[in-house]
Amino acid sequence: MIFPSLVGSAFQALRANALRTFLTMLGMMIGVAAVILMLAIGEGAKAMVNQAIESMGSNLFIILSGASTSSGARVAVGSKPTLTYDDAQAIRRLPLVRDAAPVMPGSAQIVYGNINWSTSVFGVTPEYLTVRNWELESGGFFTESEVRSGARVAVIGRVVARELFGDEEPVGKIIRIKRSPFQVIGVLAEKGQSLDGRDQDDTVMVPLTSAQQKLFGSPFPGAVRFIMAQGESERVMDAAEESITSLLRMRHRIGKGEENDFTVRNLAASAQAQAMATNVMSYLLGAIAAVSLLVGGIGIMNIMLVSVTERTREIGIRMAIGARRSDILWQFLIEALTVSVMGCLIGMVLGVGGALLVEKLAGLTVVVSVSSLMMATGVALAVGLFFGFYPARRAAGLDPIEALRTQ
Amino acid sequence: MIKTTSLAKDYVTGAGAFHALRGVDVSIDRGEFVAVMGPSGSGKSTFMNLLGCLDKPSAGHYHLAGRDVSGMRPDELAAVRNKLIGFVFQGFNLLPRLSVLDNVALPMLYAGAGHATRRARALALLKRVGLEGKSHQMPNQLSGGQQQRVAIARALVNQPQLILADEPTGNLDSETSHEVMNLFTELNREEGITLVLVTHEMDIAAFARRRIRFLDGNVVEDSLKEAGAAA
Repeated sequence: MIFPSLVGSAFQALRANALRTFLTMLGMMIGVAAVILMLAIGEGAKAMVNQAIESMGSNLFIILSGASTSSGARVAVGSKPTLTYDDAQAIRRLPLVRDAAPVMPGSAQIVYGNINWSTSVFGVTPEYLTVRNWELESGGFFTESEVRSGARVAVIGRVVARELFGDEEPVGKIIRIKRSPFQVIGVLAEKGQSLDGRDQDDTVMVPLTSAQQKLFGSPFPGAVRFIMAQGESERVMDAAEESITSLLRMRHRIGKGEENDFTVRNLAASAQAQAMATNVMSYLLGAIAAVSLLVGGIGIMNIMLVSVTERTREIGIRMAIGARRSDILWQFLIEALTVSVMGCLIGMVLGVGGALLVEKLAGLTVVVSVSSLMMATGVALAVGLFFGFYPARRAAGLDPIEALRTQ
Repeated sequence: MIKTTSLAKDYVTGAGAFHALRGVDVSIDRGEFVAVMGPSGSGKSTFMNLLGCLDKPSAGHYHLAGRDVSGMRPDELAAVRNKLIGFVFQGFNLLPRLSVLDNVALPMLYAGAGHATRRARALALLKRVGLEGKSHQMPNQLSGGQQQRVAIARALVNQPQLILADEPTGNLDSETSHEVMNLFTELNREEGITLVLVTHEMDIAAFARRRIRFLDGNVVEDSLKEAGAAA
């Protein structure tokens, strides 16, 4: 079989010009490394978004006060509270909505003993836990009646528990939120970062009414800042959005042609939009990859043409002693493929190394998949074949007499 | 073995057609030892290229070992060169990056022989030409005479019926030349290989038993050396 000998003689020819071979491989190496890095970052971003969406709760809407379209001097979203506790209760009863929770957020200084901690405080109802798909680590959550009575109880996040209590058991202890005493009745399970990078465990939850009356006194009694609603399933999200919109338009007595005084946002959709922004980076890498693979391929073609010219006499000798055109064609094609595949392998190592470096330095999630490695190999072979073919065909098409006469 | 009928070759140049060979009829039997002579431009190189299946005639026919090769396609010609013909050149034409052994074995690679066969046969031939023990050296480590012996071993490796030697002693001193010519004579006598050899030098041509002289694209002399006048 002639094939193994061809690979052997390809290595021999490439070793004879080691520096030139290395420089030729450079474009290939950078291109493949960029492909691997691009796919690793893209896959990582996707995985991160999925994880964040999962931690946020699935099929979520956030309904904000104020209009979203800002034609002219429109009031910004959420600036004027138009949503109420009763709106949330009405949304809960919609058939396409599984549950809804009104939220009154704010931030406050929390004191336990001589330790204090600034954190975000959310006035919520028990439904909030269901909608956000959040578990409790210890203790319990406040009830509907505790919300109605404005009880001074609080459920704290993992980070707050650690900062205020250390190794102490928080449940049953009294903390002060804006000087008012609240009893800790539960600790939330760890949730991690939200999509916008905030630590979701750095939080305190209190009954909605307690927040409204005792912590963040509002000129609009009963108003909430936003409502989180969960659709029945992913399939009905659009229909659910529509029914929420028409319900709120009716409740807020908004006439035909008038603009909404609230905004309904599908969180999964906006999370995906955010993921697209991460993708810009991988598109950029993709462009680098495409350009360097092209340049690398042209480099291979260039060097192979030089090589064919330099070795014209060798080609003549091989033809004289019986090499067919296809033998010569394969000899040079395999040489080009050897360069591109070697460049590809080194590029893979660089790409995986780069991905790990990005993960360490930039804190991005990266996922190096087997399919991306296979794709890179495929691309390398294709580039080698495509750009190696013309020089190889030129070598195979030489006239043996002319070739033998060349010095 | 070789039979050419009205073999002609024209080249089209800027100044019009150039008739390198004007209808040559030559027959060479199996086992002959022929010296081809003539000044440059006489057509002898063109004749040798045609005999070696490196070129195609413009007109006429060329039968090699009973087959008309004048109409063959390039790959068929490559197979004929590989199996029936061995080439020995003035400049040796060894591949500089391959070892002596790999150079000798190369024609068998194109014939599709396996690794073990190639190695065994190449080693045997190196022994035959007196280069035992040199198999792993590179060509540039050998003297000119030794390199030409490697080239002869390479020419013999596929057991050809015809060896074409184009001024094989042109780059060698007279002593080495005679050694190489003795090797050719031996191969011709002992193994019955047909030898066609181009040379300028009378003493080299004297090794052959028949002499064909070219001038202006025609054969002007075709003579047998009288018996008894051996070199």
